[in-house]
Order: sequence, then C-alpha cells, then structure tokens
Amino acid sequence: MTLSTQRNIDGIDVEQLLQTMTAELQQQLTERGIDKPMLIGIRTGGVWLAERVNQLLGLDAPIGVLDISFYRDDFTRVGLNPKVQPSALPEATEGRDIVLIDDVLMSGRTIRAALNEIFDYGRPASVLLMTLLELQANELPIRADIVGQRLSLRPDQQIKLSGPEPLALTLLQRESLSRDSQQSA
Amino acid sequence: MNPFRDSKPLQLNAQGQLRHFLTTEGLSRELLTDIINTADSFVDMGAQSVKKVPLLRGKTVVNLFFENSTRTRSTFELAAKRLSADVLNLDIATSATTKGETLRDTLWNLEAMQSDMFVVRHPNSGAAHFIAEHVTPNVAIINAGDGRHAHPTQAMLDMLTIHRHKGDFSTLKVAIVGDILHSRVARSQIHALNILGADEVRIIGPQTLLPTDIESLGVKVYNDLDQGLKDVDVVIMLRLQLERMQSAFLPSQGEFYKLYGLTRERLKLAKPDAIVMHPGPINRGVEIESEVADCAQSLILKQVGYGIATRMAVMSMAISGQQTGTLTD
Repeated sequence: MTLSTQRNIDGIDVEQLLQTMTAELQQQLTERGIDKPMLIGIRTGGVWLAERVNQLLGLDAPIGVLDISFYRDDFTRVGLNPKVQPSALPEATEGRDIVLIDDVLMSGRTIRAALNEIFDYGRPASVLLMTLLELQANELPIRADIVGQRLSLRPDQQIKLSGPEPLALTLLQRESLSRDSQQSA
Repeated sequence: MNPFRDSKPLQLNAQGQLRHFLTTEGLSRELLTDIINTADSFVDMGAQSVKKVPLLRGKTVVNLFFENSTRTRSTFELAAKRLSADVLNLDIATSATTKGETLRDTLWNLEAMQSDMFVVRHPNSGAAHFIAEHVTPNVAIINAGDGRHAHPTQAMLDMLTIHRHKGDFSTLKVAIVGDILHSRVARSQIHALNILGADEVRIIGPQTLLPTDIESLGVKVYNDLDQGLKDVDVVIMLRLQLERMQSAFLPSQGEFYKLYGLTRERLKLAKPDAIVMHPGPINRGVEIESEVADCAQSLILKQVGYGIATRMAVMSMAISGQQTGTLTD
C-alpha cells in the first residue's frame, strides 16, 4: 500500500480511513486463509478503533483489550501509570490469528510491550498489526501491516485520537502537551 | 503522643506517591483507591497462561521476617516473583533485646547486597518505620506487620475484597469482630475504612480485648455480637491470638466462642448478602463456626489470592515512587 506522507491532519476522515483499512485487512485475511481473526485493541485509542473494525468486519466475537502498563520499558524512568486498568482477552490467544490494533505507531515500543503481553496469554498462530497512523519515528524494527495514513510531524507536534463517538484526530503543539499524551504511542 | 505521626511524609515522595508502605493511617483516599485499582488489574492477570509481568525485572526484594508467618511471607514471595523480581527470604530469629544497633547492622549488610526493597515483619511496633528512616535512599520498605501497630497490606487486600464484592464503600456497614486489642490488622483496617468513607465501622469484642482509646479512631463499639452484627454488609472476623495472650484476658476459649464465635445463626442477623472475611489462619470452632468459614458468603480463600495482587500493586507502586521521586529530589 502506498500512501502519501503529509504534514497536516486537516481533512483526515477517520471513519473513511477505517473503512479503507478494513477492506485491506479483509483482503490480507483472505489471502492468508484466516476466517476467524481475534481483534485486540490497545487501550485507549486502539480499543475504539478495534470496536469499529470489528463492526465493519461483521464479527460476532467481542474484541480483546490490552493495557500494556505492566509491560512498558520505561517503568524505571516514568514509574507506574496510576490509571492502569485490567487487560481483558475474551479467549485464549493460543493458536489464534490476531489482529493487533493501535491508533498511532511511533517508536514501536508500545507494540513491543503488547506483543510480550499477548505471548503471556498463549502463543498465537500469527499477529497482524494495524494502525491508523504511522509517524515514521521508529526506534525498533516494527512496522504495521495495515496503515491508514503516514504522517511526518515536527518534534514539537503530537497527535491525539479522541473518541469513541465521533472518532477524530487533533494535532497538539508542545506547549499544550500533557504528561499523559507524552506517554502514549 | 503518637510515635508514628511522621509515617505519612516518610512513606510518600515529593509528588505524594507511595515510596514506602508503612501504615494506612494518614494516607489520602485517592492513594488508597489507586492501590485498590492497581491491585484489581493484577487480579485479572490470573487469566494469563504466564502469570508474570516484567515490571520489577532486575530488582531485588528481601523478605525480612523477624517473626514467623507462612501465608504473608509466601504471598509476598509470590507477588515479587510474579513481578519478575529476584527474591531473598531471610528469617531472623529475634529476642526482645535485638533492636537498635543490631537491627541497623543487619540493614547495612543487606544494603550492601544492593537490595531495592525490604519487606519487613517484626514483633515490635514501629520496626518498619525505624528501618525506613535509616535505610539508604532508593530502597523501599513495605511493612508486613509490626507488633500491634499496623499490617497495611492485609488491610488493603481486605479493602480490595470489599471493593470487588460490595462496590461503593459509602453505603457499607462493616463489623470487625474479636481480639481488637492485639490486632495490627484491625487498626490498619479501621484507618483504611474511614479514609475510604465507609458508612459505619463497628468494633465488636469483649471489653478486655478492646484498646481503651478505640473510639477515637471513629468506630462504634459493641460488646454484644448479636447487636453489632445487625444489618451489616461486611463481617471481618479476627483470629483469637492465643500466642499473644499470656495474661488472663478471657475466662476460656469455649466462653469466647459462646459469646463471640460467628455461627450460621448469628450470621443471619447481618444483611442476607453480607460477606464474611478473615485474615487467616482461621481457628475453626474458636472464633468462627466451621460451616460459616466454608459457606458461600465466606470469601476467606479468595482473600489469599487478592493478597498476592495487593502486594504486587504496593510493591510496584513503591519501587515506582522511589524512582520517580529521585528525579526531582
């Protein structure tokens, strides 16, 4: 999938992106012969997106929810997230084909943590990664299989997904960045 | 004069986060709620096939037990291991004279092993506080029971139990029954329940087993079990601490059971959906009827699992508080 890289988020229609991404996901699932994927969203933005993708795919099974707070690699620097909530996977991940969904792929550290957590629930058959945005700031060899939009932000910019209804993207400038949003992605 | 009045600043860092856990007294409702919520997340970790998270990987936790305990020590050990910490268990035989300098020397030796946390149980009130005052910075102290003073992780696992099975504290009447005088658990529970805004905290026991100043803690005192149990939502039984009772506090064990033992008949005085808790180990037929301990309303075995989750929460929060605290120190 080739995507243009753009600097602003004006005109990004999250719902439209999700429909395009879901169509591509469906195609990849078909190519791989997967008819019962297990959707897992990363709290919080990824969960909203996973719910919508689940709807669009017409799947009956509930999505899984991951809170990766206990798996972060920056615990020794920033400490424990006091707002941690339990992860909830509806079924065992052992042998399942998983679609892992997050809002923003930036450093790749959240995905590293999420993969570790998923494996602690059992060994999946496969994991596909789907992210709404990819910010091209990788610090780890992790790339998404399905990307809605690639963006390049200035160092003083950050992007935030709000939702669940409606799903919308907001561009934040450094001075308005909260501690919470610095920890995301 | 309360010798522990300084526990509050001592156990918090500059941002008000936990860095030691010595007592529930004086902590904020927000902090106790954070402990309960974090522990709640660890309970659900039981669904993982690998029941372990990497949070304290590379950290060393020393269980420093100057007093015997099987359950508390083993749940602290499991909690540390499920956080991926390395654990050293030290049982140190002690006498009334082993205090002051010798305790400090023990501490210095353990610090030399580059420990990150001491879990301390000691027969003397204030021991964990003393260690927290003298330990090098960046080492967290968790009080696993000191004399008659406090047993904060037990109290918090009880709060987690109530939270999970009863929900909102503000509507709850809670009765604590038995030997309050010798119970560090009861003291920590009373503070926690009041901070969390329980509707009513009742203390039920014979006058000889109640501390003289107990009403100042904000509780209603009952000497009659039947009256005290009326319409309560939560019944917390305490163990009759036989090993602590050298002098004659009671005519006999049988007499105690007759007056203060929780039987099926008496449990009917509480609300129909009341829950029964006990910190363990239980003395069947001494403070609780065997059938009550095993009935559907009893959460005694669930409490053990909640104990591991609560200890995981407190341990990770204290290590976290030590680390984030040093950034601004």
